[in-house]
Amino acid sequence: MLDCTPKEIIERSGGVINPAKTCQPIGAMYAALGIHNCLPHSHGSQGCCSYHRMHLTRHFREPVMATTSSFTEGASVFGGVANLKTAIKNVFAIYNPDVMAVHTTCLSETIGDDIPTIIKSAEIPEGKLVIHANTPSYQGSHITGFSNMTKGMANYLAEATLEAKKEQVNIIPGFVNPGDMREIKRIVNLMGINFIMFPDTSGVLDSPMTGKFVMYPKGGVKVADLRDTGNSKLTVALGTYASSDAANQLERKCKVPAVTLKTPIGIKATDEFLMTLRQGFVKEVPYQLEEERGQLVDIMIDTHSHFHGKKVAIFGDPDIITGLTEFVLSLGMKPVYVLTGTPGGTIGGPQGMFEKEIKDMLGDAGIEGKVKSAGDLFELHQWIKNGPVDLLIGNTYGKYIARAEDIPFVRVGFPILDRSMHPYLPVVGYRGAMRLLELIGNALLDRADRDARDEDFELVM
Amino acid sequence: MAVNINEKVLDEILNSYPAKVKRMRKKHILLRDSSLAHQEIEANTRTVPGIMTNRGCAFAGCKGVVLGPLKDMVHIVHGPIGCAYYTWLTRRNKAIPKEPGKNYLTYCVSTDMQESDIVFGGEKKLARMIDEVVEIFKPNAITISATCPVGLIGDDIQAVAKAAQQKHGLNITAYNCEGYKGVSQSAGHHIANNGLMELVVGQGDWEEPPSKYTINILGEYNIGGDSWEVERVLKEIGYHVQAVMTGNGSYEDLKNAHVAELNLVQCHRSINYIADMLEKKYGTPWLKVNFIGIRATCESLRNMALYFGDEDLIQRTEEVIARELAVIEPQLEPYRKICAGKTTFCFVGGSRGHHYQGLYEELGIQTTLAGYEFAHRDDYEGRDVLPYIKPDADSKNIPELHVVPDERRYRLKLSKERAEVLKDIIPLSHYKGMNITMKDGSVIVDDMNHYETEEFIKTLKPDIYSSGIKDKYIPHKMGLPSKQLHNYDYSGPYAGFRGAVNFARDISMSFTTPTWNFIDPPWKSRPLLEGTIEKPGKEGEA
Repeated sequence: MLDCTPKEIIERSGGVINPAKTCQPIGAMYAALGIHNCLPHSHGSQGCCSYHRMHLTRHFREPVMATTSSFTEGASVFGGVANLKTAIKNVFAIYNPDVMAVHTTCLSETIGDDIPTIIKSAEIPEGKLVIHANTPSYQGSHITGFSNMTKGMANYLAEATLEAKKEQVNIIPGFVNPGDMREIKRIVNLMGINFIMFPDTSGVLDSPMTGKFVMYPKGGVKVADLRDTGNSKLTVALGTYASSDAANQLERKCKVPAVTLKTPIGIKATDEFLMTLRQGFVKEVPYQLEEERGQLVDIMIDTHSHFHGKKVAIFGDPDIITGLTEFVLSLGMKPVYVLTGTPGGTIGGPQGMFEKEIKDMLGDAGIEGKVKSAGDLFELHQWIKNGPVDLLIGNTYGKYIARAEDIPFVRVGFPILDRSMHPYLPVVGYRGAMRLLELIGNALLDRADRDARDEDFELVM
Repeated sequence: MAVNINEKVLDEILNSYPAKVKRMRKKHILLRDSSLAHQEIEANTRTVPGIMTNRGCAFAGCKGVVLGPLKDMVHIVHGPIGCAYYTWLTRRNKAIPKEPGKNYLTYCVSTDMQESDIVFGGEKKLARMIDEVVEIFKPNAITISATCPVGLIGDDIQAVAKAAQQKHGLNITAYNCEGYKGVSQSAGHHIANNGLMELVVGQGDWEEPPSKYTINILGEYNIGGDSWEVERVLKEIGYHVQAVMTGNGSYEDLKNAHVAELNLVQCHRSINYIADMLEKKYGTPWLKVNFIGIRATCESLRNMALYFGDEDLIQRTEEVIARELAVIEPQLEPYRKICAGKTTFCFVGGSRGHHYQGLYEELGIQTTLAGYEFAHRDDYEGRDVLPYIKPDADSKNIPELHVVPDERRYRLKLSKERAEVLKDIIPLSHYKGMNITMKDGSVIVDDMNHYETEEFIKTLKPDIYSSGIKDKYIPHKMGLPSKQLHNYDYSGPYAGFRGAVNFARDISMSFTTPTWNFIDPPWKSRPLLEGTIEKPGKEGEA
C-alpha cells in the first residue's frame, strides 16, 4: 500500500500529491443545501456539478439535488450569460425551488462572468430568489467555498428591520454534519435561547425514509429566518475558517455583534461555547448539560490510561482539527502532526494563522509537533514514516496511510465514504466528545487486543 | 409486459417543461416500435442549462475513464484541485501492479493551480510537477490532463510534455480534455483515444504476437474485478490477453498492443475510436463482445472462436462454456425464483445501459426503460447510422485523428473474402446498437434527467432502478431498490460466468432485504384509541 511513498522528504513546489482539501464549489453546494427549499446551482461545466453531487451523495448517502449551467466550448469563449439565464428560467419552471443559490467555478471565474449583473437581468418568478457566491476553485478550499456561500446568505438576505435587537442568537455551525448541527441546536435549546442556525443541513441531508421522495425535504433554514438574522443580538460563528466571514458580514451589514469560537469539539471548546451563550444572554447552564459534562469528565478520568501519552497524527479541515487537537490534548495525548490542506489564513490576506493557533496549543502542553496548512497527505505520510504515531485521525483518505503503516485509524471529518453513521452521530458538544472517546478508545484497545500475545490478552481493560 | 405508456402519456410528462425544453427533450425519447423501419433518436447533443442531468464532462471521460486506470503511469492533473480529487480512487478500476510497487492508482497528483497561476500561466508549475513526479516515483510513463481553466489561459501542455519527454527520456503525453469540450464525458473518451493511439500504442518494439491467439480487450475497465473474471475464462480457452484498455492496464502492455490478432470491444462508446484506428493502422479487425450476462458471454466466446476458425479452439470454447454453465446454473436457480416477473430501468453511461439488459432478462427481469448518459446515435441505432450523423459545432471541436496503414506493421489478419463471410455471422467491426434488442413498448431515453427519472418511475413502476450514485437514493426514498451499474455498489465482479452469480445474488438481496418492511411506522395504520362498543342486551342475543 502506497509503496511508492519514500521516507526521504524532498522540497516540492509543483502542486500537491494526495490532497487534504478539495475545491470551493462543493462547499458552496453543501452550504446552499442548508437553506429550506433551495436548489444549488453550479455555474460551470457539467463535470463540476456531477462531481460535487457524487461526492456529497457518497458521504451522506442521500439524494443531493443541484443543477448546472452546462458550459460548452462556445459558452467558454463568449461567456456564460446565456447559459445562466436559461438555467434560471428552467430551474424555476421545472424544479420550483424558493431559492436558487448560484456558485461559480474556476471556469466561469476565469472567463469573468459577472453573476450579480446576470441575476439582475434574468427572468425570476415573483417571490423567488436567486443568490450567489464567488467560489473560484483556484483559491481556498471546500471550506472557503462553504464560508463564501454562507456569507452570501448574509449578504443577500439578512436585514436589520428593528430598532432594538431581538433576544436571539445566530449560530453558524460551519462545515459539519447534520448530526452535529442537530446537537448544537439541542444545546442552544437546552440553554433556553432563541436562535437561527444557518446554514442548517439537518433534515435535508439526514432526511428520514418515508416511502416518498421529496425534492426539498423539511429541513434547512427558512428564508424568513435568514432575513431575521439581521435583528439578532449576537452571532456565534463556530469555526474561524468556515463561519467567521458570514458573521463579520452580518456585523458590517446589520450591526449584529460577531463572536468567533472554535467548532465545539471536545470539552474546552464546548465549555467556551456554553460560556459565550451564558454570558451573552444571561442564562444559567441547565443541569442536563452540567450532567453531560460531568459524565464526560468522569469517563475521561476513568479511562485516561487508554489515551495518555499516545502520539496522534490529525488531518482534515482546519476548524474540525483545531477542536480535535485541543480535545486529544485534554486527554493527555500527543498530537505530533496536525495538517490541513486548506490555506491557513485569509484569501489574499495573511497566512500562518492555523499554524500559530495549533503551535500555541502544543506549546502550552509542552509538545513539539509538526503543523502545516496547505499541506498534503503525501507529506503527512512521510512525516509518519520518519516518526511513527499510535493513531491517525482524519477523513476516509487516511485509511491508505493507516494500512500502509499499520496504524489504528479513527474517521472524523469530510468526506467519510466507507463508513455510514458519521453524518448522523455528532462529534460536537459533550455528547459528541463522549462519542469521540469511544471511537478513539476502541481503535486503540482493538489494536492492543490484536497485538497481544495469548498470555497478555486481557478480559478487563 | 404491461407497460403503461404511450405517446399521449409521454406528452403529458413532457408538458411540464417550458416549450423550448419540451421540443428539445422530445427528440431524446423513443417508445420502441419494431414495426417502424427505423427509429431515430437524438444523442450527443447539448444538455439544456438548468436541467438536472447525470452527465459529467470531457475531463471525466478522459482522465477519469480512459487514462485513470492505467496503473504504471502517473496521471498528473493540471488545474485547480477539485478535478484531480474527484477522480482519485472513486471509480473502482482495480489493479494489481505488474512490477512490484509500481502502482500509482492510490496517488492523486495535481498542480493545484492558484490564482497567480491563472493570471501568469501554469506551465512552469506543471514542468516542476513533472520533474518531481519523475524524481519521486520513477514511473513508466506520465499523462497530463487539462481541466477547464488551462485551455482558457492558454497553457501549452503539449509543449510542456514534449520538453519533459526529452528531458527525462520518458513517455509523457498531454491531453487537452478541458471540461467544457464537447457535451459530455464522450468528448474526453475521444481525446484520450487519440492520444493513446498516436503516442502510446505501437511504441513497443514487438513485431510478432506472443501467441497464436493474442487479443486485446478494449473498453473494459475492471470495475469490481470484471476484467479478471473475463481473462480467467479467456485464458482457460487458450487466449493470450496482450492489453486491456484500460482496466488493470499498463503502459508496458499498451505499447505493444499492436501485435494482437483481434481486438475485442466491450464498451463501444468509450473506445471504438481506438478499435477503428487499430484496424486502419495495423489491419486488426475488432469484434463487438459483451461479457455481461451468460448468454452474451457464451455468444462472445463463440464469435471469437469463429473469428479464429480453429476447430480445436472452437471445441475448447464449448468445453469451457459447458463446464462454467454446469457450475453456475444451479447457483442461479434460487435467485431466479426471487427475480422472476420483475421489471427494471437501465440507465447507464455508454454501454451498460444495453449490456445489463440481457443479464437482467436471464434472471427474469424485464427492462422497461433504458438509456445512455453520454452515448451517440450509433450506440442506440447501430453503426449503420454513422454516415448520416451530421457533425455539429461541439463534435467538430474534438480533433479526428487520421491514421494510415503502418508501412512496416500493417498486416491483414483476415482475407477480404473471409471477412465478408464472417461479417454476416458475427459482429465484426460492427455494433448493432441497443434499440434493436429492446421490446416493443419499452422506453428509450437519452441523457435522462432528474425530472424524467421521477416521472418515468411513477408511470412505469419498475421493481428496481439501475443507474449511478447521483440518482441512487432517489428511488430508495420512494421505497424502490436501486442498483449502481457504474460501480456495482462496491461489489462485483459482475462480468462473465461467476459475475452473473454475484449480480443475481446482489439483485436478489435488494428485493429480499427485510429492511424495506419498516418504512411505515405501526402507529400510522392503527388508531390511537382502540376499544369495543358494548352492545345492549345479554351476550349471545342478537
